[in-house]
Amino acid sequence: MAVRPPSEKRQGASAATDKARTTDDPKIADFTKDEELKAYSDMLLIRRFEEKAGQMYGMGLIGGFCHLYIGQEAVVVGMQMCIVEGQDQVITGYRDHGHMLACGMDAKGVMAELTGRRGGYSKGKGGSMHMFSREKQFFGGHGIVGAQVSLGTGLGFANKYRETDHVSLTYMGDGAANQGQVYESFNMAQLWKLPVVYIIENNRYAMGTSVSRASAQTDFSKRGVSFGIPGEQVDGMDVRAVKAAGERAVKHCREGHGPFILEMQTYRYRGHSMSDPAKYRTKDEVSRMRTEHDPIEQVRARVLERGWASEDELKDIDKDVRAVVAEAADFATHDSEPDVAELWTDILL
Amino acid sequence: MPIDILMPALSPTMEEGKLSKWVKKVGDAVKSGDVIAEIETDKATMEVEAVDEGTLSEILVAEGTEGVKVNTPIAKITGEGEDAVGGPKPDSAATASAPKSPAAPEQGEKPATPENSEKTVSGVPAAPATQPLADPDLPANVEYVTMTVREALRDAMAEEMRRDGNVFVMGEEVAEYQGAYKITQGLLQEFGARRVVDTPITEHGFAGLGVGAAFSGLRPIVEFMTFNFAMQAIDHIINSAAKTLYMSGGQLGCPIVFRGPNGAAARVGAQHSQDYAAWYSQIPGLKVIQPYSAADAKGLLKAAIRDPNPVVFLENEILYGQTFQVPKVDDLVLPIGKARVHRKGKDVTIVSFGIGMTYAVKAAEELAGMEIDAEIIDLRTIRPMDIATVVDSVKKTGRVVTVEEGFPQSGVGSEIAYQIMANAFDYLDAPVGRVTGKDVPMPYAANLEKLALPNVAEVIAAVKAVTYTA
Repeated sequence: MAVRPPSEKRQGASAATDKARTTDDPKIADFTKDEELKAYSDMLLIRRFEEKAGQMYGMGLIGGFCHLYIGQEAVVVGMQMCIVEGQDQVITGYRDHGHMLACGMDAKGVMAELTGRRGGYSKGKGGSMHMFSREKQFFGGHGIVGAQVSLGTGLGFANKYRETDHVSLTYMGDGAANQGQVYESFNMAQLWKLPVVYIIENNRYAMGTSVSRASAQTDFSKRGVSFGIPGEQVDGMDVRAVKAAGERAVKHCREGHGPFILEMQTYRYRGHSMSDPAKYRTKDEVSRMRTEHDPIEQVRARVLERGWASEDELKDIDKDVRAVVAEAADFATHDSEPDVAELWTDILL
Repeated sequence: MPIDILMPALSPTMEEGKLSKWVKKVGDAVKSGDVIAEIETDKATMEVEAVDEGTLSEILVAEGTEGVKVNTPIAKITGEGEDAVGGPKPDSAATASAPKSPAAPEQGEKPATPENSEKTVSGVPAAPATQPLADPDLPANVEYVTMTVREALRDAMAEEMRRDGNVFVMGEEVAEYQGAYKITQGLLQEFGARRVVDTPITEHGFAGLGVGAAFSGLRPIVEFMTFNFAMQAIDHIINSAAKTLYMSGGQLGCPIVFRGPNGAAARVGAQHSQDYAAWYSQIPGLKVIQPYSAADAKGLLKAAIRDPNPVVFLENEILYGQTFQVPKVDDLVLPIGKARVHRKGKDVTIVSFGIGMTYAVKAAEELAGMEIDAEIIDLRTIRPMDIATVVDSVKKTGRVVTVEEGFPQSGVGSEIAYQIMANAFDYLDAPVGRVTGKDVPMPYAANLEKLALPNVAEVIAAVKAVTYTA
């Protein structure tokens, strides 16, 4: 018997709409001019990078799986503003290009990994889903849905073991949030008061399955309730809301109170992967999110309204970003494939 | 210069498609992310989004055209203010032809042809050869102490925990209970709860947690109460621990030991009686150890804890209580990947490991009474396998029998048989013999369980078969 979930409409279309506010929310602290412009530039880099990756995939330069982050940029950019780069750890699943760029990893190295070239972060041996940077404390890039949650909990365990106040930002999607090991990890994290911020990026669809078709409890901020882990639902399309909630969560962890769950209500504009025609949602739903809630347009509107930058100045930022992306694409297109000897390296230390 | 929009590939296998609809018209302004056309493949209809901004200045392929090859220019966009930009050409890649598409037109800037592609096709480079280290020389007057495997394992962990503050042990009942099999006895008292961590019953989760801790540079010893339960965690052992070094291009090692009893105990039924040596031995990026004696258990566990790679350390409940002579030296560390000649002989080589050695040793004693002088090789490490030591022995004896408790198909014995065939075929005087557990789930009934396991008589029969003395 097929049961249509009663909350289909709310979860399917308007949940984030209800939360997403383009006007100022009294609970959300305003950004300074510098913060706004940084957020704008960082989000734009991810947007343009991903558009270029999509194009290069279409040209056959990128193979296999390619999961684009377009639409979700405010989540990683806002969270990154809450942590210390190169000190606090970041780990995520397979939709990971945005996280790497937000962590400060070089666009050239990321794009060259996508094209499987020797200058890629993993020398071309990892691909879209498997890049890492010890320097930036970015721990992947994991292709098994939910695996990064236990791994990220281990990063938090190591922080506590070493008696530091470092925090592990462990990202997962709404799909991963139904995996068993997520709850095994929640249990241990709260039991041992591990400094882990679990960020559930609810983009409403686990591949083609909407949240309400896959989840008995669609309020992901409550997924830690039985363990006593506090959680918050956040408008993940508003970078200011992300940062405000992120700061509360990171502070909670740094002060030794254990893990924190943030449900980021966000939206992915593109299909799950490049070959997904996205028949499971209406075009209207997508275009409404893009026109009314776009994370980058929100910042742009505020910046212009406050006179913090002119159209031309924003265009200059766009040009700079495009130049970075074009350079990355150029490098990734012309760099050599890995030497054949690399077949046998990096198997054991 | 206008920018070409190329027919995109929507999957790695797509070569052509139908341009079913133009959403934008000539003269329309186009922004990044705008849908400009719809394309139909055999699987789906997909939207083509613009990456470049400007005005759609020309449509090159009409709506409804079928069989448009990937990377064919389908339209042109005249960029806004493109002459004004002094920096790098925004989209040199957009005009490039993809190297993988035979249909790609020769125009624009061409991406570098991957320089090694020919070589890759014509020949896979050979795997580098590795040379295992020999066991360390012991002092001539070394003293031996009698010790159980259980005590040897505990001492190994305690010594390494004293040596390196990054080493900790975690698992079910390892701390307050003192270990389900008492392997961690006394560790909590010496090292405290920070480094001897009782976990909930949550193998998948704590294995992943351990791997994450190892990524950050700690050296976890993850105890599984038995390796049967590690099947819940095998994704982290293989996908997370073993493969990440390779997937990260050598950046992220995983110094972790997964250890615990493996194989059949006694009368515990099918779900608790399985030898995983062959399973883990398949995986590049793992080291797999299965010791027999207490000295090897101690020396190899210490080596495993120090090793920068993930190590699967397979113990055996029945061996835990058995006693062996262990050399009394300060720091007994044995080489991983080196087999040990347990008994010298000239007529036949018996290759075994772990509890399989108990059958091999007894069989050799009985065979001696039948005037068959067996050489026994204890592999100790299953991966990397020291096949050179086995081959050297076979060159002398010309006959081999392998002994293991695991299932026969794709077992460790099968691999040894292949390696001998490949490396010592001309020295063989008989086909390789193999003694394994039977190809059945482990039964509970005492008589059936006995039948399912290998036994000394089977080893003797196999030796007689390969020596044609049956």
